[in-house]
Parts: sequence; structure tokens; C-alpha cells
Amino acid sequence: MSETGSPKGQEFEHMLGQSDKRVAQFDDRPKGLVEKLQHMLHGNPTLVPVIVLVAAIVVFGLVAGDRFFSPFNLSLILQQVSIIGILAAAQSLIVLTAGIDLSVAAIMVLMSVIAGNLAVYMGVPPVLALAVAFAGGTGAGLMNGFLVTKVKLPPFITTLGTWSIFYALNLWLSGAQSIRSQDIDKNAPLLKFWGEGFAFFGAKVTYGSLLMIAVFLGLWYMLNKTAWGRHVYAVGDDKEAAELAGIQADRVLLSVYGMAGLVCAIAAWAAIGRVGSISPQSFYEGNLQSITAVVVGGISLFGGRGSILGALFGALIVGVFQSGLRLANVDVLWQVFAIGWLIIIAVAIDQWIRKVSK
Amino acid sequence: MSIQPILSARGLVKRYGKVTALDHADFELYPGEILAVIGDNGAGKSTLIKALCGAVQPDAGEIFLDGKPVHFASPMQAQEAGIATVYQTLALSPALSIVDNMFMGREIRKPGIAGSVFRALDHGAMRDFAREKLSELGLMTIQNIDQTVETLSGGQRQGVAVARAAAFGSKVIILDEPTAALGVKESRRVLELILDVKARGIPIILISHNMPHVFEVADRIHVHRLGRRLCVIDPKTHSMSDAVAYMTGAKAPEGMEAA
Repeated sequence: MSETGSPKGQEFEHMLGQSDKRVAQFDDRPKGLVEKLQHMLHGNPTLVPVIVLVAAIVVFGLVAGDRFFSPFNLSLILQQVSIIGILAAAQSLIVLTAGIDLSVAAIMVLMSVIAGNLAVYMGVPPVLALAVAFAGGTGAGLMNGFLVTKVKLPPFITTLGTWSIFYALNLWLSGAQSIRSQDIDKNAPLLKFWGEGFAFFGAKVTYGSLLMIAVFLGLWYMLNKTAWGRHVYAVGDDKEAAELAGIQADRVLLSVYGMAGLVCAIAAWAAIGRVGSISPQSFYEGNLQSITAVVVGGISLFGGRGSILGALFGALIVGVFQSGLRLANVDVLWQVFAIGWLIIIAVAIDQWIRKVSK
Repeated sequence: MSIQPILSARGLVKRYGKVTALDHADFELYPGEILAVIGDNGAGKSTLIKALCGAVQPDAGEIFLDGKPVHFASPMQAQEAGIATVYQTLALSPALSIVDNMFMGREIRKPGIAGSVFRALDHGAMRDFAREKLSELGLMTIQNIDQTVETLSGGQRQGVAVARAAAFGSKVIILDEPTAALGVKESRRVLELILDVKARGIPIILISHNMPHVFEVADRIHVHRLGRRLCVIDPKTHSMSDAVAYMTGAKAPEGMEAA
């Protein structure tokens, strides 16, 4: 080992002159069908839920016939998934940052109780009551975010705790009593706005169903067309890398939790219209159902991958399965059984697709 | 030398408890040069680099950029002042595209209401800019600028990270072990890339354990030992064995350049 020889590299590198010059070319060797599929799905993670949704609609259409395919039934599915759908949109935001939120439905029910108490019992103008609920939902989300970013607790534990806290507050504020539908109609009909709708070729389209779609499109825009959205993906993908690249990861996380809380409050308003009354005991399983929709929709629980629209398709898949199995006169327990398998298969497919980058 | 150093440091001290990582270290980087920083493990070279790029705040001593004293509270501040660092981990988001990564934290928004109210990103402008910067550095073997970083090879990823560092008006680029994880062929491409960046007039601080690579591209070599600069040697007049001997303390430097 003495002086460096020629300016053009080390001795052992001289052979490189004759070596293959193609450094960065793409692997164009013919791929098998399965491998092609794997690559395609890796590039378009939302394709899986879309295929499953279409397949499920076709299969249940064949099994249950016209009763399934009627415009009325299809619009009913949309109504039935609208609340869990909006919660799944909030859940998607958290899951994209590699977190999980067990408190989304608890925030939603708490905010519907707050809005209902203010508007129905305390004579607060409904618009103001809703504004308080939106602020409260955002605040509840920020509380989760604060615990995750500043106190450095894992999201799972944080939201497991706040789930109970919000649920207890909700029982306390409501006295475990529902607010009756007639009372809402009399004092604050605005709260039930999203339950109204219009007829459309025999379908009953509620404003709440459209609201769900609007929430998804709005969040899709934010995630894909704004810098904030790119930062959310970057933080979820690799937090340290994002920080080194100059992203203030904790601020992004805090904004994500706050936004998720706001979306939960929007779901609270929609839920009053959908259910008709305000029940503190409703949607107790909503947290887990929203996670189901997100997972079935192909959003990776490890963060940074998947499209929020996947969660919409995931919610619809669950709705289609439940409706189809019900119309085929299958016992409810088998609906639960089928959803369980959907979750497991969805995560298995996600793992398989992910291997492509290895 | 009569030229003013672009980045320099005098008397830097950094203590971690009883350990003195930097013991009155000096440092100079001149315009247009590649300065390699070598040193044994624990010599304090990474603390020196962290102090220069804002990741660590020295207990004493001063840093000058363009002759003016500077204090960086964070790597972001150093970056804004024009000191871009390419970390060994590259700090890229694998699931995002090349364009997204290059513009991470510096996104361009659309003009008019679309950008100011709706915060829409100008994907077209960002793509064009990224393509231009990658071509300037001869990196357009990367064909599709929208492909995700995880589909790139190690050398290509290094290229994207260097292009990002060089693209935004940086005055100094710090490269931390750029060839450590690469094969022979890819290392060669990255060394050529480093020379390309130098040819564009941006001075480079190169931290590396790879002596052949250091001796090939560096104009001067800063040897760090026991928390301070031991000497600066000229790779044309010194051998690799000299450098290793100085670095490990096997031999005391003689006839070294005035520091």
C-alpha cells in the first residue's frame, strides 16, 4: 500500500473498464404472472380492496340476487357504513403515521353527547353547540397527540387510556341517558341534518353518505396534493429520516392527531342523523370497526403506505359482506366470522406485497 | 494560504460528562476543495462534524461561515445557512418518490389561489427541477423520477441524497461515509459524483474510513486524533501508511503543513 496510482481509481478497479456498464438499469427479465401481480399491487396498494369489493359485489349479487342489487339495498349499505367510514378516515390518518387510535369512536360519542346536551337541554344555538363539539373533538385528538409526542407514550397505550377516559366522561355528561329523537327534532333539528336525504332511482341517498365520501376526498387531497400530506407519509415511513431531512416530526404528528379528532367530531354530527337519537352507549365497537376498515383497505399498520381511499373501500367491503350474508339468510355469527377472516387475509396480503421491495 | 476559508472552526470543545470528545479542535475548509476528515474510532471526528452541521452545540470555541461567526441550534439552521449534510443513513423516505424526497421540507406550491389557499403542490415544477438537478450530476440513469426510493440501488439512493444536498444553493456539503455501504462499482460512481459536485464549485467535507477513496478524491486530509486536529496532510506528498500511522499515533507527523 503506497501511493495512489493513476488518478483514475485503484488498481483493483481497472477491470471495471471492461465490466458491465449498465449500473442502474431496470430489471426487465420476464416475470411470472404472480410476480407481475405482486409488483402491480405494490405500486397500487388500493387495487386489492377495489378488486375484493368488486368481487364481493358480484358474488353476493349472484347469491342474493335482486334483493342485493336493488338501488335501495346499495344505498342502504352506503348509509350503514357512513359513520364507521368517517371514523375509518380519522383512523387512517393515525395509522399512516404508524400509530393506532383506539379512542376514535369514544371521541365521536362524547362529542355527540356534548353537542346534544348543549343544543337540546341548555338552549345553546345548534350551530354554536356543533362548533363546541368540533373544538372539543380537535382538543381530544390533540390530547392524544400531546401524550404521544411530548410524553412519548406509545399510541396504542395512549389511546387505550383515553378511550376509557372519554367513555367515562360521556357516561357522566349524559347520565347514561339517551337524548330522544323527538327532543332533538323539537329543539335542534340541525343536529339531524345528515340523516336526511333524497330519493334517486329508488335509492335513498342520505346527506351523511355523501358527507363520508366528501371527507375521504378532502383528506385524500390533503394527503396527496399538499406538503403536509407528504410530511405525514414521510414521518410514518421513517420518522428519523424525516427529521434529518428537516421535517418537524412531532408537529406533524400533533397536527395529525388534532385533525383525526376533528374528523371524529364531524362523524359525531353525522351519527346523530344516522341513529336519530343520541345514545351514550352507541358505537362501543366503533374503534375496532374503524381499524378493521383501515386494515381491509390495505393501509399498512407499519405506517407510510397505503391510500386513505383504501379505508373507504375497506368500510364498503365490510358493509357489503354484512348485507350480502344477511340477505343470503346467513346467521349473524357467520358475518362476524367472515369479517375476522377478512382482517387476517388483508394483513397477510399486505405482508406479501411488501416483500417486493426486499 | 491567503484565501479565506469558507467554513472554519477555532478551539472547539465538547465534553460529555468526563469524556472530552473535542479538545480545542481547529478546522478549515477552503472554497472549491474536497477536504477529507479521517481519524480512528473515538477520535472525535463525528463530534466535530456534528458541531459543524448543527447537531451538537460545542461547549466552547467558534465556528465561522464565510468569515462570519455562526451558531447553529439545529441541523435545520445549518442547512438554511448553506451547510447541507448527507448522513450515512441518507435520511430518505423509502416509500416516497424521488421527487418527494428531494423536496422534503422545501416543497413548491402552485402559484395563485391553488397554492396560497388550497396549498396545492406544483408537482410539475418539482419534477422538472429534480430532473434538471439529477441530469446535471449525470444521474439520469434514474429513468422515472416518480419511482419510489426503495426501488433504487444503494448508489442511486446516495445519488439522490447528494443531489438533494447540492440542489438548494448549498455552500458546503458534508458527506458522511458515502461509500461505506456500497459495492466496488457503485463506489466508483459515487466518487465520480463527488468530483462532479466539486467541479460545480461546491466544497465538500468527506468523512471516510476508506483510505484509497480518501486519497483518490481529497485535496487535503484533516487527521483527527484525541479530540483535536493533529495535522493536515497533502495526499500527493504523503502515503496511506503515513496517514494511518498519524491517525493511530504510531508515528508523529513531521513536515506537516502549517495548520
